[in-house]
Amino acid sequence: MSSEIAFPSPQHRRHGSSAGQPLTRRDGVLKVTGRATYAADNHPEGMLYAVTAVSSIARGRVTALDVEAAKAHPGVVEVLTPANRPPLSHDPDDKIPPFGFRVEVLQDDTVRYVNQPIALVIAETLEAATEGAALLNPQYEVESARTGLENGERFDTPAVGVGAPSRTAYGDIDAGLAAAVRVTEADYVTPPQYHNAMEPHAVVAQWDGDRVTLDMPNQALALSCAAYAAYFGIPAGNVLIRSPFLGGGFGSKAILNGPQILAILAARMLDRPVKLALTRAQMYGPVGHRGQTWQKLRLGTDGEGRLTALHHHVLAATSSFDEFMEPAANASLPLYASPAILAEHDGLRLDTGTPGPMRAPGEASGSAVLEVAMDEAAIACGMDPLEFRLANYAETEPGTGKPFSSKSLRECYAEGAKRFGWSGRPLEPRRMRDENGFLVGWGMGTAVFHCPHFPAEARATLRADGTALVETAGADMGQGAWTALAQIAAEALGLDPDQVELHSGISSLPDGGIAGGSGHTASAGLALHNAGVDAIARLAELATADPASPLFGAGNIGVEARSGRLHRRDDEGRSESYSEILARAGQAEVVGTAKAARDPAVAEAHALFSHGAVFAEVKVDPDLGQVRVTRLVGAFAAGRIINPRLVRSQYFGGMIWGISFALQEEAVTDRRTGRIMNADLAEYHVPVNADVPSLDAILIPEDDPYVNPLGVKGVGEIGITGTVGAIANAVWHATGVRVRHFPIRLEDLLVNQRDVTSAFGN
Amino acid sequence: MNRFDYIRPVSVPEAIAAAAVPGSAYLAAGTNLLDLMKVGASRPERVINITRLPGLDRIEWLPDGGVRVGTLVRNSDLAYDERFAKTFPVVAEALLSGASAQLRNAATVGGNLMQRTRCAYFHDLAGACNRREPGSGCDALGGENRLQAVLGWSEHCIATHPSDFCVPLAALDAIVEVEGPHGGREIALDTLHRLPGATPEQETALLPGELIVALRLPAEASSFSRNARYIKLRERTSYAFAVVSAAAALEVEGGTIRKARIALGGVAAKPWRAREAEALLEGKQATAQAFAEAAELALAEARPSGDNAFKIELAHRIVTRALSLALEGTPQAMPALPASPFPALSGANHVI
Ligand SMILES: Cc1cc2nc3c(=O)[nH]c(=O)nc-3n(C[C@H](O)[C@H](O)[C@H](O)COP(=O)(O)OP(=O)(O)OC[C@H]3O[C@@H](n4cnc5c(N)ncnc54)[C@H](O)[C@@H]3O)c2cc1C
Ligand code: SF4
Repeated sequence: MSSEIAFPSPQHRRHGSSAGQPLTRRDGVLKVTGRATYAADNHPEGMLYAVTAVSSIARGRVTALDVEAAKAHPGVVEVLTPANRPPLSHDPDDKIPPFGFRVEVLQDDTVRYVNQPIALVIAETLEAATEGAALLNPQYEVESARTGLENGERFDTPAVGVGAPSRTAYGDIDAGLAAAVRVTEADYVTPPQYHNAMEPHAVVAQWDGDRVTLDMPNQALALSCAAYAAYFGIPAGNVLIRSPFLGGGFGSKAILNGPQILAILAARMLDRPVKLALTRAQMYGPVGHRGQTWQKLRLGTDGEGRLTALHHHVLAATSSFDEFMEPAANASLPLYASPAILAEHDGLRLDTGTPGPMRAPGEASGSAVLEVAMDEAAIACGMDPLEFRLANYAETEPGTGKPFSSKSLRECYAEGAKRFGWSGRPLEPRRMRDENGFLVGWGMGTAVFHCPHFPAEARATLRADGTALVETAGADMGQGAWTALAQIAAEALGLDPDQVELHSGISSLPDGGIAGGSGHTASAGLALHNAGVDAIARLAELATADPASPLFGAGNIGVEARSGRLHRRDDEGRSESYSEILARAGQAEVVGTAKAARDPAVAEAHALFSHGAVFAEVKVDPDLGQVRVTRLVGAFAAGRIINPRLVRSQYFGGMIWGISFALQEEAVTDRRTGRIMNADLAEYHVPVNADVPSLDAILIPEDDPYVNPLGVKGVGEIGITGTVGAIANAVWHATGVRVRHFPIRLEDLLVNQRDVTSAFGN
Repeated sequence: MNRFDYIRPVSVPEAIAAAAVPGSAYLAAGTNLLDLMKVGASRPERVINITRLPGLDRIEWLPDGGVRVGTLVRNSDLAYDERFAKTFPVVAEALLSGASAQLRNAATVGGNLMQRTRCAYFHDLAGACNRREPGSGCDALGGENRLQAVLGWSEHCIATHPSDFCVPLAALDAIVEVEGPHGGREIALDTLHRLPGATPEQETALLPGELIVALRLPAEASSFSRNARYIKLRERTSYAFAVVSAAAALEVEGGTIRKARIALGGVAAKPWRAREAEALLEGKQATAQAFAEAAELALAEARPSGDNAFKIELAHRIVTRALSLALEGTPQAMPALPASPFPALSGANHVI
């Protein structure tokens, strides 16, 4: 494949600035015609296939592997085990900051979770490698698996998520609870969930001396290069990662994992390119997941339905050998005005693979539970759930008192409620039926997501023909980054997006930061914007210093870039095209570069969040407990919208994930062995089209002068938050049954319904 | 995947001869067999592809009004055959509620009948499973058994048969035509799948090497065409196996039930025909009370095999529902969500 990918987009039309326009994806045609080359589509000359053999026990030791049998299988070239695994230059037990995890790379014969790689078989064909792995017939010394509350090991943890504090206290929680007229208290459970990106984790590794080229889906190119370089003892510049397309990542492709490191190691050891692609089942272990949580909420309210205390305690599962935990309680920090808030976490060590960031890590599981608890508290206060949330609206960030850089949540509530038709909702459950006798319920939840910003760099080259090349090593996971980033660059360059070629997805380009935390458009976008501005400034210098230019001497007054021309700011009529300026200067191009990061002072002074409100309607069969989500309306305010089509898709995707979380997703673990019993897409359910009703995502206009110079917040994850709770609350409203675990199952809704008059039968 | 011989016979006798070798497996569309081979739960030494056998892909109407369906007829082709769907609507509805459009387009009649259990431990080589490896034990007992059987199970195996198609077939007295090393014979669909007893590995009544060549529905089964429904509960709206399901078919005259047929899916190692419940209804007025009694009787023997008592309650309710919907009448057109308790809803105006 070519090492650089260009995205032509001849069909785009421009109306003023292209930013804000609903352009279609630049890579759309390549993808729907099957011409997009994903990592595992690469087949370099002489390539071998690697397959991991994985443990079937959760805890213990591998006592024997029949390496001879595997090696004797025709086509098998080598078997890597702890006995012959070549050394790494960085200790795999030592985490590489900032986001490094401890990786499982055959450092010893210990087994710590099911599906842990215990050997790597490399062969001439995939079939041979697969059968070779099967022939290893591992023998184990088995220790009892710790799989739940009963046998997991509790521990205090200083940090949750990626370095977030595990305990944050605002005000005096005990005093707040004591002052309450009512305390609503309940326990909730969220299940382990797996990312299940459509494209499995894969790598094609090719060494050339001490340089390595890795075709792999990757959400964090520069950080990954540095980490791979550390493991292999080479300079970061010697690692080239090509990641032009990702078939989804959801956080799981931002972290280095053991299997890929082993494949790269095998390629070096055997001096041939090696491909490894995990099977679906093998993705349930070494590549992260959303860990299980047990959550307790205590909400104190006064006589007017105002919170006096909000206590969110989370017991979060992690592995026996690393620390990532869902920072779920922190979802309660930025949202509701309560004089006392306590968000705290404990850890629970289980024999599972280490959890990792999965779309809205912490926010998804924390918001799901918080929004149900808020619903319960509203009911206890005899208030409409929306009215209750408005009574607890935070005008400034709770606890810190910082102003929000912008917050349009009130507008989200109002617009969402209006579009949904929320008013007139009966307070009591089981009051609404449709024409067929099905129970109807309405529920809502608030959505919130923080706005991280990652340092990023970019380059913008204006070319003699008046077009531009812009470059940054970003990642398009399907969200449409290539399109939105090109729109931002085009705007800065005063060009039509058709005239802007974007190169991205390859690590040799300027560091585009991380595609994570919903911060990619803001981070890489700002770098591209600044690079564009820099290129225009250099061009302007050429023109204003050139006596032959109509812009000569305009240096102080300034020029504006529009439609491929620089205009004198005070005199529209005096302008010159980019090509003319470059031609006269005898230059083939002018190059602008930029580094962009958040101004720490701005971040210090403001609370930075996107907000939203989600309203859900469900119908429930009164006898059978079968639930269908029939309507979902979300209204979101996330600063400036670069491309409403892509943004709406992100909201839809998040809301659909919310359906999944509320009603379907769960990794079912055998309590005795720790084995995951539904590690495939037939049995690990995520919604199909028929589960998804008409979705409505309203884009609430929001102008944010502080969050970053572009005014862009993030949209990738917020859609899940709010939605899960909205659906669960709607189920309660339909049935009167409060389910405090996810997913909500058929049997949960059978309880106590025998005595309720059925609409069916005669 | 282990190495195996691959044979593509061109005639039924040739196929049967090839299958005489122990360790052979017939391969139809492979949507079940190949999955099992990939995980290693099935390791045949000889795979006999039957998809090129001539003459087995036809739907033939018999002079008496019955139908004979060749084993290679695709699930979709059968469900969308106009005359078939009109005559045996409950079968078409069950077919369209199964799997996904892509799978139904590939899956064959015989393959659907002979598909193996979805018991997770059967698929998981690290687990003990009497059905996969006789005598090894049953890890589903005491394991994650929420979806396992509530009828006809034994302590040797608590698995269910997953087919939707088979449920109305059992209700309608379908017959399976088989050819084998010792000639042809017929097996009532209701006796094709065996309850586990002490030998769960003996899953069906087929003898080694026997090949299903056709499925027959008797003419009498068409008498239910006006009052027959299949209802399936599942955890997503499509592309999911039944938690429990029921087929109900009635012949009603002036409010009196002349004939009734009831079968349940997802509750046992076979599609579960509820003959006593049928008998109870015959001659009775079609009332909610009568349906509830029938459901009670259908599940009288049910007992949880683990964490699944709720399935008994659900099965009870779904029998009642299937009967009352059958009484309401077979829908004029195939519902947009076949077998769903929900009527057509906005946003779902096609079969999914
Ligand atoms: C993700 C998924 C979801 C599914 N959901 C459902 C569902 O909701 N409801 C449902 O009912 N089914 C469902 N199925 C199962 C599907 O219906 C079966 O896989 C399919 O019917 C098998 O048909 P086939 O032709 O592919 O059989 P194959 O896979 O080729 O064969 C299956 C078995 O039948 C044997 N066999 C095939 N033909 C004959 C014959 N003529 N004589 C003797 N033995 C024979 C084979 O040896 C093999 O053991 C699902 C499958 C998948 C993968
Ligand atoms: S229930 Fe049956 S199929 Fe499942 S593990 Fe037990 S014996 Fe095997």
